[in-house]
Amino acid sequence: MRLATLDADALALGLTPGMTLADARAREPDLRVFDADPHVDQDWLERLCDGCARYTPIAALDSPFGLILDITGCAHLWDGEELLAREAADRLERHGMRVRHALAGTAEGAHALCRFPVGAAADEDAALRRLPVEALRLEEESALALRRAGLRTVGDLAARPAAVLASRFGEEAVDALQSLLGLGRRPLAPRRQRPAIRIERRFAEPMGSTAFALKTLEEMTAEAGERLSERGQGGRRFEAVFFRSDGLAFPLRVETSLPVRDAPSIMRLVQERIDALSDPLDPGFGFDMLRLTVPQAEPMAPTQLALEGGEARKQESVAALVDRLSIRAGRTRIQRLEPRDSHIPEQAQLALPAVDERAPVNWPQRQEKGDPPMRPIHLFDPPQPIEVIAEVPDGPPHRFRWRRASHEVTRYEGPERIAPEWWKAKDGALEGESTGLTRDYYRIEDARGRRYWIFRHGLYGTETQHPVWYIHGLFA
Amino acid sequence: MIESVNTLSALRRRIASLDSVAATAAARVATGHVSLDQALGGGLACGRLHELFGGVEDEGAAAGLALGFAQLLARDGPLLWLRTAVAERAGGMVYGPGLAALSMTPDHLLIGVMAGEAMLLRAAVDALRCPALGVLVIELRGRAPLLDLTASRRLALAAEASGVPALMLRIGGEPRPSAADTRWQVAAAPSRPLPGNAPGMSAFDLTLLRQRAGSDGLHWRLVWDNERGRFGEAYGDGRDERDDHGQKGGGGGRPAPLSGAVVPLPADRSAADRAA
Repeated sequence: MRLATLDADALALGLTPGMTLADARAREPDLRVFDADPHVDQDWLERLCDGCARYTPIAALDSPFGLILDITGCAHLWDGEELLAREAADRLERHGMRVRHALAGTAEGAHALCRFPVGAAADEDAALRRLPVEALRLEEESALALRRAGLRTVGDLAARPAAVLASRFGEEAVDALQSLLGLGRRPLAPRRQRPAIRIERRFAEPMGSTAFALKTLEEMTAEAGERLSERGQGGRRFEAVFFRSDGLAFPLRVETSLPVRDAPSIMRLVQERIDALSDPLDPGFGFDMLRLTVPQAEPMAPTQLALEGGEARKQESVAALVDRLSIRAGRTRIQRLEPRDSHIPEQAQLALPAVDERAPVNWPQRQEKGDPPMRPIHLFDPPQPIEVIAEVPDGPPHRFRWRRASHEVTRYEGPERIAPEWWKAKDGALEGESTGLTRDYYRIEDARGRRYWIFRHGLYGTETQHPVWYIHGLFA
Repeated sequence: MIESVNTLSALRRRIASLDSVAATAAARVATGHVSLDQALGGGLACGRLHELFGGVEDEGAAAGLALGFAQLLARDGPLLWLRTAVAERAGGMVYGPGLAALSMTPDHLLIGVMAGEAMLLRAAVDALRCPALGVLVIELRGRAPLLDLTASRRLALAAEASGVPALMLRIGGEPRPSAADTRWQVAAAPSRPLPGNAPGMSAFDLTLLRQRAGSDGLHWRLVWDNERGRFGEAYGDGRDERDDHGQKGGGGGRPAPLSGAVVPLPADRSAADRAA
């Protein structure tokens, strides 16, 4: 066990990340240790980042420990950059975090100045030039090579011609230097992207009737539809939030497989969503605000309106049906099958949600047309154990018992031997140890004409002494 | 007397105007089996509800026949198969490679696994109102208490309005009064063996239990022809064949085959190819 990260107090005691826990405990018996969980840390950082939306809409993650806020044009709301930074730091410190911050003209500059304090300097450029070469975030070898060459600070590096640096230390060094000094600009990737469309309705008085709220939502949907059609787009996801006067909010999300902007069909989906809620939409003391956002929009060609005397398009497409059923039953319940390139039968197909976009697929035709099917139409997952009587342990089945009924095998074909994925076995593992056993599949027909797909699990003698039989599928 | 005849005919006209099912003639899709198509007046009707009953033991055959019918009725349109989560656990999941091997296109197939029967029936009515759908298969297991005459009538009306055919696959259920156009009993039938006594193409025993305005009580044996993607005539009489031929795999309890029994020549090309 090693130390992953340490707080400032522990660093002051001389402990370093990467040290073994036993050593650290020997030095500091009172050390408080927690298991490292990068996912939880990442979650926490993301939540903090979302919280920073109060300062600027452009807040980005700087994993693993940092946040970068682009406060261009936002600082005056907080009476200056320093006051904004202090207020943000105070707020985070109230949550028990230790925060350092730096302000710079570029994200890279702020990142470096925050981690490598350089003391007072005349201006930002001078401070940046005083940074050590490690601030460039190069690979360790490159930083070491720069130090060996006598280049200790960013200023040393900036004084050399870029072509020389590039040929000796690589393009990355020049790129990093230029973006640090603000010569080349790398865009930030803000965590919160502006939704394509956002419509809000505030009520003067809290609205106690859900029906009225839905009516209002319908108007908002129509407005969203108009805005989408101006852009030549249709929405793939819609999110309606019902804000209640007591502070609670009910989000409703609907998703479609094709872009739509037609208000009645969106409202039908919303109604399905409401019907499927486990708790009904409770207005409580009333809704005081509704918000409709379209987080995902895609290009959609304009449609011709039904002309006088012309036939209106009444045909509902299958995509709309799939959307409706997916919302009512759950998005994973309406499925499409997709082939997978695997010889293991249960891995040869994947049931994917039908709402997801998908390129058309071609199912591989593995056998001659006119031959009887080699694969069943129904597959049991997991396979069901059966009792089989065979004349010899590695011979074909003679009779079997499944679901408390005895079946006599009159016809069979096999075995079709399907080996486990031996190439996935770990080094040093014995044959069949970690990847499973070989299966011998038989296509059989019983005395009454029912056709089954059964297999013997494990080769008799070499892999197991008592092979177990399973039924894996039903043929038509 | 004459008055009552007039009243009766007036009543009949009135009922006929209410009952639009009888009024409109539906398009029919041939199954490929000649005598079956004749008995149905050209084939299975589109925009109607058809019921298929199969025992729990014959589940594979019933599902296979339903898929075959659905394949023919869909005419390259999308096929929606609605079933319950319980059915998927008990009967196994639909397996695409197996459908591809039967020349049934798995890429047109949508599968809806519903939480319960009530939700399934509601989804079925909605699906039948969508005219772009090729065919709907509704799989119900056991008694299905929610499927009463009203529910099946609702399905039949929706199917008729949109022209989408519906196949009601009942596994282990008992026939009850319903608004279905046809009702069938399906069982697995011994296949015509390939050389080496291997199971051959899927064969089905099919009984027409009921047909609205048509003859019933008829019985056929069908074989799925995956070369042409339709049903075909089974070879002569399957039972004789079985006694001659089906013993080598394990004929416990049955008389041994007569020596010198002639192995019948396969009539369809597939088996001939294999023999060659």
